[in-house]
Amino acid sequence: MISGMRGKTAPCLLLAILLFSIFLSLSLGRFNIPLKTVAGILLEPVFGIQAFWSETEVQVIWAVRYPRVALAAIVGAGLALAGAAMQSLFRNPLADPQILGVSSGAALGGVTGILLAGTGWPAISGSFVGGLAALAAVFWLAGGSGAGRGGTVMLVLSGLVVGAVGAAGIALAKYAADPDNQLPAIVFWLLGSLAAADRQSLYITLPPVLLSAALILGLRFHLSAFAVGEEDARNLGVPVRAVRLLALGAAGLATAAAVAVSGVVGWVGLVVPHLVRLGFGANHRWFFLNTLLAGASYLILVDTAARTLVAAEIPLGALTALLGAPIFAVLLRRLRGKTDV
Amino acid sequence: MSDPLVAHGLGYRYGQAWVFRHLDFHLPAGCLTAILGPNGCGKSTLLATLSGLKTPVEGAVSRQNSGLALVPQSLEPALPFSGLDMVLLGRARAISLFSAPGAADYKAAREALTRLEAAHLADRPFDVMSGGERQLVLIARALVSSSAVLLLDEPTAALDWHRQAHVLNLLRQLADSGLAVAFTTHAPQHALDFADHVLLMAGPERQFSGIPEDILSEEALSRLYQLPVKRLRLSGLACSTAIPVFRGYLSGSAVSPEGEA
Repeated sequence: MISGMRGKTAPCLLLAILLFSIFLSLSLGRFNIPLKTVAGILLEPVFGIQAFWSETEVQVIWAVRYPRVALAAIVGAGLALAGAAMQSLFRNPLADPQILGVSSGAALGGVTGILLAGTGWPAISGSFVGGLAALAAVFWLAGGSGAGRGGTVMLVLSGLVVGAVGAAGIALAKYAADPDNQLPAIVFWLLGSLAAADRQSLYITLPPVLLSAALILGLRFHLSAFAVGEEDARNLGVPVRAVRLLALGAAGLATAAAVAVSGVVGWVGLVVPHLVRLGFGANHRWFFLNTLLAGASYLILVDTAARTLVAAEIPLGALTALLGAPIFAVLLRRLRGKTDV
Repeated sequence: MSDPLVAHGLGYRYGQAWVFRHLDFHLPAGCLTAILGPNGCGKSTLLATLSGLKTPVEGAVSRQNSGLALVPQSLEPALPFSGLDMVLLGRARAISLFSAPGAADYKAAREALTRLEAAHLADRPFDVMSGGERQLVLIARALVSSSAVLLLDEPTAALDWHRQAHVLNLLRQLADSGLAVAFTTHAPQHALDFADHVLLMAGPERQFSGIPEDILSEEALSRLYQLPVKRLRLSGLACSTAIPVFRGYLSGSAVSPEGEA
């Protein structure tokens, strides 16, 4: 489908989808607000429209739904970009942030935070520390940025080791947790949810995800070049070490930021880049930007479904897995025999 | 001016067995060199050593800073690429860390494809191309890198006769324009018709190099391929060609086996 959609058409279409998702998500919920009212409330500060809505509706949109929709967009964009970067770096279309062990490390950090000091700030700072520590550990195991030939294999194996340590640590933490208060909090957080979104969580997530997105979008061309193989890329003059170090750091940062505010929301980094490739191709110019936009829309829509499908809220992480696994299975069958990694 | 690529006493081995040893090689600017030898004689290993992908076990390679492009025999990208995207990768050396190809790069990439009579491959996915189409795209990728040295690993292996002639003629033109070009091949005719210089890899420590007319004698080629080879001068053509007598292999005549692997 490389010849499918050309040039700017794809990002424009994806931007339109993103705007539509935002409107839809702000409108839907236990308290439905018509799309026209949503538009009026959003545009009021700009155009000074005569109010035809109630103060409650304004409250629901700006205080309740807006932080959650914005957080879904940021987390979705960050996870999708992190996945896309990993897939190029590891030359494997099935790679994902969890390969690095960063999700697992960040989760362990968050759980430790909950265990020691409770939910909220301790969990958040724990996630950052755990995620970045996991990344540092992966790098140290793999021989740093100077990992020579077979460096990618070493990185994947190191990620596996770090991920296993994270999983074991989480199991221990659950065992040690107070079953009345801490354990439910840990389990709920690990399931992944955006229910706790507020403005503060936006301020925590936005800067690292922006930085990470800027790095990955900036590196787009040299990062794409990794897909032909590290040896060939080096031969072409791609600054392999610098690209790998920066892209890994960016992907790790985005993952840690996402885990910090939403727990483990899996599969986004895997599913979104695949859908983008399928629909819009993978050319150097637009692929990563398309992935960012699609990731934001994807998580907004899935989170909207999570809070509106049934009376009680479905954990977001469970829903992304439920949606991701079948899509992944289809992709896996298509890819069969095409990848040797 | 020194040659852009010079190797002295080059040796490489896998395990204990030397692939080649005591190999001297130099690639002057403006020269087209053909490298011939039977399967497994180390042609690809030699190119990898010359380009710096492999570190020689013995000897040294000195490369000028003017850029070197290696065209691999084949390539399996892990993610989808169009022909044009693949060619653009050739510009990587000139594109800074945080930027992407610009209009000039796209123009150069399309021109390179056109030069190879492969403009129609620009929007085709690389992974569904035939072996020959992939080779054309990879050669175009090397062209856009504006390197002074071009090393090609069997660039004509998957090509039909027309495209073999087209690619070899293009290599000839590139050499005439001042590039240093070397390619490996299994067809002595390629060397006789196009190359200035030939390197014959007859054994780990037996290499012959010189002018194709001199080096590619009936005896040398017969010994190299363990098969009778006839040199023919065709009436009306200035050059002579080499013809393998495959039936000679069946009748077992005319070859004195030299006990080579």
